[in-house]
Amino acid sequence: MIDGDAAPQQPDIILCPGGPMLLRGDHVVQSPDGTSARTTRPVSAVCRCGKSASQPWCDGTHKVIPRKDLP
Amino acid sequence: MLIPKGRGALSDTVFELMRTDASSFAPALRTLADHDEDLHITLWALYELHYRGFEDVSDDLEWHPELMDLRRSLENTFEQTLRDRCDESAPEGDFAEAMFAAVADHDGPSLAAFIHREATAEQALELLRMRSIYHLKESDPTTWVIPRLPNTTKAALMELQFDEYGCGDPNRLHAGLFARGMNRSGLRSEYGAYIDDVPLEVLEQNNAMSLFGLHRRLRGAALGHLAAFEITSSIPSRKMAQGLSRLGLPAEMIGYYDEHVEADAVHEQLAVRTICGSLVEEEPGLRDDIFFGVFSCLDLEDRFANRLLAEWAA
Ligand code: FES
Ligand SMILES: [Fe+2]
Ligand SMILES: [Fe+2]
Repeated sequence: MIDGDAAPQQPDIILCPGGPMLLRGDHVVQSPDGTSARTTRPVSAVCRCGKSASQPWCDGTHKVIPRKDLP
Repeated sequence: MLIPKGRGALSDTVFELMRTDASSFAPALRTLADHDEDLHITLWALYELHYRGFEDVSDDLEWHPELMDLRRSLENTFEQTLRDRCDESAPEGDFAEAMFAAVADHDGPSLAAFIHREATAEQALELLRMRSIYHLKESDPTTWVIPRLPNTTKAALMELQFDEYGCGDPNRLHAGLFARGMNRSGLRSEYGAYIDDVPLEVLEQNNAMSLFGLHRRLRGAALGHLAAFEITSSIPSRKMAQGLSRLGLPAEMIGYYDEHVEADAVHEQLAVRTICGSLVEEEPGLRDDIFFGVFSCLDLEDRFANRLLAEWAA
């Protein structure tokens, strides 16, 4: 892309293969156990593998679980 | 901060000339470094003129032509060393996958794992003092890169840096979180306070970040280094937090690492996908340099970890 061209539209959500869902902006996210948490940063990583110890946020644990169990 | 203590003929000469505001640095240009530590403390101090400077050195020296000459010659030596150490060529295939794999496949010693289960409180404090050289100016070396990037990469990097700098709140700035943790742990939190105590490996880590950050030519390496740093942070930060809490360190210090569990789980994805990913798309020729930065980051941390673990085992 040339700097003078318009960039493709910025996604609000990015699904990372084998990893979290990146979420841009301010949101309230409900964890599997029903508790809710509000985002605190420009982009947040929501756990998709179910194994994070910091639900609902990703804590990098998806990198150490078997490939077949990954989202 | 005052100028550090010299560690050999070169740094002794340069620092003395800097302190006395000498008009010529010719004697320094004629002096060879006694050893790597002498070279790296000199280079660190020359870089520091571009960050916060020294109370006992004139601000005018920042762009002194003879100091620029000296810096350039030390940088050439260091860059060559880094390139010689990097024997691996950039992996092929999907960029994000290749990058995560390159870091995952790298097998190195882990200071975080040692802090987690085995370290004494004294060893943990020693590690924090050494880490403080970087964490008290966390993210600053990467900020130099911003104006040198294509727009997409620039916007992506700002999204990450904004989080590192506290999203506009000085109380959340990562360097500030670390400083508060240091204070509460009974350590000195002023910028550069422990520079005289850190070994060669810590100087090399810090100088590599400044070298990559300050040269537009090395922007690929700077962002590759950033990515490797972020990829190796979340899980080790969890271990650090648990280790420090096992040792009864204050909540503020543990909080710094807790923040990095979550923040860097985001940052690693951004660094690889939106930052390095967009850079390599716009400037495919930088792929090798990006991986040079990745390798250097991992290798420099291995060297530091090996050094400290060997000292602790002795
Ligand atoms: S997706 Fe990262 S820990 Fe679950
Ligand atoms: Fe940080
Ligand atoms: Fe980070």
